[in-house]
Amino acid sequence: MDDFSSLLSGFQVALSWHNVGFMALGVILGIVVGVLPGLGGPNGVAILLPLTFGMEPVSAIILLSSIYWGALFGGAITSILFNIPGEAWSVATTFDGYPMAVQGRAAEALTAAFTASFIGALSGVVLITFVAPLVAEFALRFGPAEFFAVFLLTFCSFVGMGRDNRGKIIAALCIGFLLAAVGLDSISGDLRMTFGSMELMRGFDFLVVVIGLFGIGEILLTAEEGLVFKGKHAKIDLKVVLRTWATLPRYWVTLLRSAIVGMWMGVTPGGAIAASFMGYGLAKRFSRRGAQFGKGEMEGVLAPETAAHAAGTSALLPMLALGIPGSATAAVLLGGLLVWGLQPGPMLFVEQKDFVWGLIASMYLGNLAGLVIVLATVPLFAAVMRIPFSFVAPVILIVCAIGAYTISNSVFDIWIMLAFGLVGYVFKKLDYPLAPMVLALVLGDRAEDAFRQALLGSGGSLEVFWANGLVGGLVVIAFVLLLWGPVTEGIARLRRSTSAEPAE
Amino acid sequence: MPQPTETMDQPGGLSRRSVEVIVALCLIGLAGLVLYDSHGRGAGWDGGPQNGFFPARVGWIFLAASAYLLWKSVRRPPETFVTWWQLGQVARVLAPLVLFVALIAPLGLYVAAALFIIAFMLITGKARWWSVVLAAVLVPMACFWIFELQFRVPLPKGPLEAALGY
Repeated sequence: MDDFSSLLSGFQVALSWHNVGFMALGVILGIVVGVLPGLGGPNGVAILLPLTFGMEPVSAIILLSSIYWGALFGGAITSILFNIPGEAWSVATTFDGYPMAVQGRAAEALTAAFTASFIGALSGVVLITFVAPLVAEFALRFGPAEFFAVFLLTFCSFVGMGRDNRGKIIAALCIGFLLAAVGLDSISGDLRMTFGSMELMRGFDFLVVVIGLFGIGEILLTAEEGLVFKGKHAKIDLKVVLRTWATLPRYWVTLLRSAIVGMWMGVTPGGAIAASFMGYGLAKRFSRRGAQFGKGEMEGVLAPETAAHAAGTSALLPMLALGIPGSATAAVLLGGLLVWGLQPGPMLFVEQKDFVWGLIASMYLGNLAGLVIVLATVPLFAAVMRIPFSFVAPVILIVCAIGAYTISNSVFDIWIMLAFGLVGYVFKKLDYPLAPMVLALVLGDRAEDAFRQALLGSGGSLEVFWANGLVGGLVVIAFVLLLWGPVTEGIARLRRSTSAEPAE
Repeated sequence: MPQPTETMDQPGGLSRRSVEVIVALCLIGLAGLVLYDSHGRGAGWDGGPQNGFFPARVGWIFLAASAYLLWKSVRRPPETFVTWWQLGQVARVLAPLVLFVALIAPLGLYVAAALFIIAFMLITGKARWWSVVLAAVLVPMACFWIFELQFRVPLPKGPLEAALGY
């Protein structure tokens, strides 16, 4: 019950007046960020991160994580009203959400989506509350080799979970690692891959890269579509909310199933997108009204939203307990921890109790605040989408440039942002995944340190990676995850070809 | 860093296959650069892993992955990467943006932002002239108030701000 009292004192931290204020501010900013094209969760957090350098870490992370919650809520608004998924994981929400809006049931769809998000996020937070301390305690025993094995596991599961473009996932991971290696090497003190350029000495700041890839790249993609949004109107009143809530208990199986799928997928990286599709697919498969899915079925909104948010929230579990983020936004938050002088990883639970439990408590409150705020302000944010693109786009681009500049007061960084904007545009069109690249960029230095230290300890022998059951087990799981997809697909293909032959 | 600008400027090169090929070639070139640099500094063992040890290993995986991507991209069925009209739309956003970034150093961010808004709104929108002027004046002033006065984050300033005493 030690953790319980820690959580209570966490609530005391989170409930102080200025932290509640930051929470509300963060949620509202987050919804704006989620609704506007070109500003997503990772990008919004990256732009605001430099402004929090001077703040107290607890307040700063409450502000930034609230932006994350807000962005998750905001994504649902655009998917339902405009049929434009704000984030990749809200794609499945458009399948039934937009048809509902077309039928004039937008308010119902939005209420369902927000409530489902809230339930999903809540289950993720509960998971974090109870499991994260255990994981952290367990991870205290980890040495460099074990940590490298966990990194390996993270990256292998990325590759293994990817559907068909594994080559591109691997390439994106490598790019991230190599970008992280540019600049001053912290162990030897030498310059790497700077090719004599003074500007590259500092290396590539992942925040600049994130703003470029997600912000500028997204705007360029939006521009391509012809610069207009056409949306449905929605006005939510209390009656609709209550009526929708009254029907929710009927769907408890769907909600529970999606929450479990989401929690499971969220802890493994890259999970939120897969989770939302899995939640939707399973609901469609098992629902009695499965045939109606895609034509405006409320269950089809509930299932992916719950799963996506359970996954999005659970993605913070490995970030807190192991220092390994499960999503791009979690990676940016992790970068924030480093900036505020906190060392992410298992020691955080021992050394920074107030911080960790304040954050966890703020997750409960932030999601509750988010639900209330988003329900109350949907018409406002839908109106934001109606501001002409020719006005919104330059403002977003200016904000991106300011964000890139303020990270280290360098105009050169704005050029880097621009270059990565182009990279992001091309990569997104070619299905190169951006999240693994960002994750590898954030984790690159630490993965490399763990790898080098492990090898130093063993005198260069790779046997250190299966020296004991723990590290060996992790490495084995990593390779199983890596090879699972290709092997099962190969078997399926083999079976198909053998079963096809006799028919010929 | 790959240079996708080149891939977009080539006339007739906008089938998806050729863009895939060009990007894969860029990645291979990048991998070569990494391997050249890492092995040049030493990627072996010298009482411990040398500083090129890790990048070189990642570089080899990267090279293999991008070679595989090149092989796959050649075998793609033809498909359009981006239509000329879409590319035009992108260019209308990109051109003022490049101009904006280029002007930040000489003119300061605020003046550059004002010019950027004017250029952008004239190029992409059918906005009335007074709304353009209003936006170009108010947005930089709002930025100045938020960043310079509230958060005390100094942004790049040019001759105009100097003349006004900041």
